[in-house]
Amino acid sequence: MSDESVGGSDAVDTSRRKFLTVATAATGAVGVGFTLVPFISSWKPSERARALGAPLEIDISKLEPGQMITQSWRKQPIYVVRRTPEAVAALAKVEPSLKDPKSESSEQPKYAQNQMRSIKPEVLVLYAACTHLGCLPKQYFTQADPAMGADWPGGFFCPCHGSRFDLAGRVFNGSPASANLRVPPHSFESDSMLVIGVDAAAQGAG
Amino acid sequence: MAAATDSAAGKAGFRAWLNKRLPVDEFMESQLIGYFAPKNFNLWYFFGSLALLVFVIQILSGIFLTMHYKPSELLAFDSVEYIMREVEGGWIIRYMHSTGASFFFIVVYLHMFRAMLYGSYRAPRELLWILGMLLYLALMAEAFMGYVLPWGNMSYWGAQVIVNLFGTIPVIGPGIVEWIRGDYGIADSTLNRFFALHVIAVPFAIAFLILMHLVALRQTGSNNPDGIEIKARLNADGKPVDGIPFHPYYTVKDVVGVGVFLIFFCGVIFFVPTFGGLFLEKPNFEPANYLSTPQHIAPVWYFTAFYAMLRAVPDQQMGALLMLLAIVVLFFLPWLDRSPVKSIRYKGWLSKFFLGAFVVSFIALSYLGLMPADGLYVILARIFTTVYFAFFILMPWYTSIEKTKPAPERVTYHG
Amino acid sequence: MVKSLHRSFVAAALLAVLAVGIAAPVRAAESGPHAAWMDWQPGNDIGNVASLQRGASHFMGYCAGCHSLKYVRYSRVAEDLNIPEAQMEKLLLLPGTKKGDYITTPLSAADAEAWFGKAPPDLSLITRSKGSDYVYQFMKTFYAAPSRPTGVDNLALPGTAMPHVLSALQGVQEAKFKVVEKTVDGAKVTEKIWESFEAGEPGQLSAEEYDAFLRDTVNFLEYAGEPSKAKRLSMGVWVILFLLVFTLFAYLLKQEYWKDVK
Repeated sequence: MSDESVGGSDAVDTSRRKFLTVATAATGAVGVGFTLVPFISSWKPSERARALGAPLEIDISKLEPGQMITQSWRKQPIYVVRRTPEAVAALAKVEPSLKDPKSESSEQPKYAQNQMRSIKPEVLVLYAACTHLGCLPKQYFTQADPAMGADWPGGFFCPCHGSRFDLAGRVFNGSPASANLRVPPHSFESDSMLVIGVDAAAQGAG
Repeated sequence: MAAATDSAAGKAGFRAWLNKRLPVDEFMESQLIGYFAPKNFNLWYFFGSLALLVFVIQILSGIFLTMHYKPSELLAFDSVEYIMREVEGGWIIRYMHSTGASFFFIVVYLHMFRAMLYGSYRAPRELLWILGMLLYLALMAEAFMGYVLPWGNMSYWGAQVIVNLFGTIPVIGPGIVEWIRGDYGIADSTLNRFFALHVIAVPFAIAFLILMHLVALRQTGSNNPDGIEIKARLNADGKPVDGIPFHPYYTVKDVVGVGVFLIFFCGVIFFVPTFGGLFLEKPNFEPANYLSTPQHIAPVWYFTAFYAMLRAVPDQQMGALLMLLAIVVLFFLPWLDRSPVKSIRYKGWLSKFFLGAFVVSFIALSYLGLMPADGLYVILARIFTTVYFAFFILMPWYTSIEKTKPAPERVTYHG
Repeated sequence: MVKSLHRSFVAAALLAVLAVGIAAPVRAAESGPHAAWMDWQPGNDIGNVASLQRGASHFMGYCAGCHSLKYVRYSRVAEDLNIPEAQMEKLLLLPGTKKGDYITTPLSAADAEAWFGKAPPDLSLITRSKGSDYVYQFMKTFYAAPSRPTGVDNLALPGTAMPHVLSALQGVQEAKFKVVEKTVDGAKVTEKIWESFEAGEPGQLSAEEYDAFLRDTVNFLEYAGEPSKAKRLSMGVWVILFLLVFTLFAYLLKQEYWKDVK
């Protein structure tokens, strides 16, 4: 027996060695990749989260003009407002003092990218979170509210940093927020049944 | 061409930069390439690295289970079903962990048996063996507490029985039992503290012991199937003539072991995750119910050998003591073996007979622990318990009187 | 010598595994004499979606009035069993439930206790805790026992509080017993040993139809016990194939390197 256990006279086939090393390592890497799939996907919203996040039906038959209700959908507060005809009429007048009157750089479904930012002129649906830093704007629906000034058309005011929005959730010039309040996907199952989470287009409405 | 040279230089530059700050190359050189292992390892030598692999699998899958599991009496069982059904990929992670528990013991038992076959516990590796035994104890604690967490009916009654064992300690027993439970029965408090121990405390201890075990191994070097010291014969470079660098030779070999192991492991995960009620027991699919004991109550298969010994003794205190002794006696193995040779290959027929009898008795006891404790089963359990202890108690005698073959000068290797 | 020693160890280990494998079912079996009905098996096929669909509708029609599947959502059943949404609402949903809800029972626990003396168990995991065979046998072995409040008794679960809900389908069969006298520990005891079932009051279904009905229902319950089972099995094949390829490469690599070792 020799005094050396390794190395020696036989020529080592380095190319075969290299190929097999790469093949084994690559297969192993693919295997590790596959193994990661269940771990990574276990962080996705579970079936429970998705069931709880199912579309939310809201009966708005009892919502009077000028009133607002707050609902929670997918852990986010949603404002639903029934605007008065005067409030709807005021929306056109304030456009010059808005940052993004046509909602071009704001988030909303296609069917809500209009002056009212809604499907029906009187029913406004918004994510309540301020687009600045996420506080909940307060409702100041009265026109010329003394706290907001004589030319106040009615809308929302964020107590955190003073962002102001009109009654379509559009942000006024001079506010720290740069985008309009977001509109969640919604549709109407009937005149009085609002559904949050189902797009109007999907139902062929809107 | 120039670009290639540049990037090569860049790589070397980075490597030099890194090595100045972190001794990566030095570690590789001294611990893997420069670590010479005997060239004659056989099948039995796969299980150490596999145990490390299972440990990693358990830590990984365990961390992700913790993200969805709720350690509360009211929510634990539901949260496990939530993982199994509603978390995407949750069932794979859970089966990995439950199968991993059983496979941990399979590889550890085979690893321990390897040490017994080839005398790996003998001087100078006594401490290596003791560190391994401590690992085994920690693993038992880890497995037991993990088994309680799903809060099935077997979890509950298993915890009840095992915790009550501490009650057999004279005088302070009952107080200790209450202290462990934190209540007057196995309860929310018990579950919650077992959870903490299972996910943080014991894994830390295991990781530390693994490190110590490896450091001790590095110090003494591996034993081998011939049970001779390869360090006794060095070449001109001061390397053992019968040793080969751990890397690449044993790294590539261990990867094959990993592949074969994973085929078995995944075979169980995907095709028989309950393994006929051995890995996941039927009564554990019912929530814990303190009003109803499952018909046959037994621990999971890896504890049943000791459980059978416990039940073989009519006296509760003595039974518990015997069970404890069955584990403690393993610690003394390095000093019980008086044979001039380490490996079973060169020991006499008495050693072979007793080791064989030990294996048979351990497997038989494991089986009997799963059976109801009556009639023939108890008698058999007593016989095999006697055999189990005879292996140890008689060891100083049979290893010193038997005729052994001389161990070879060089390891046996037929390349 | 060394080789044969190894072989005998491996053989001993294999024998032990085999012994344990045999022991596991033995352990699960009830004590008492073995009877033919204990071997009845539904022969579930978790991949048979049509059977699962029938089973789901059977469950909703006959079981859900008292038994919940509290870990199973309607929507998940519809998704896994390829039931279109419109049909799910018609076939599966109980009044007042939404598709994302868990399948709970309208029967309150308090009412159940009052009527049956015991709340009907949730069946989400019944096939995992008792086995599919047990559920199948249980549903097949109701027999007329006029002395009991429900008018029936059961072989798989003697003295069950559950009435024979499917008697309209199966009818109520009569059981023939052999009475055996034994001495146990010096005391005389009589033991009733089941021999066979005889036709009693007929039901709407023939024996074969009733069997098929049960098989579908038990198949569905097995699905409900582990909704990912079908996926697990199909995924497993690919995992093993992949690992075989990996192991082959690793083996060739090892052989290549070990050419050096002399």
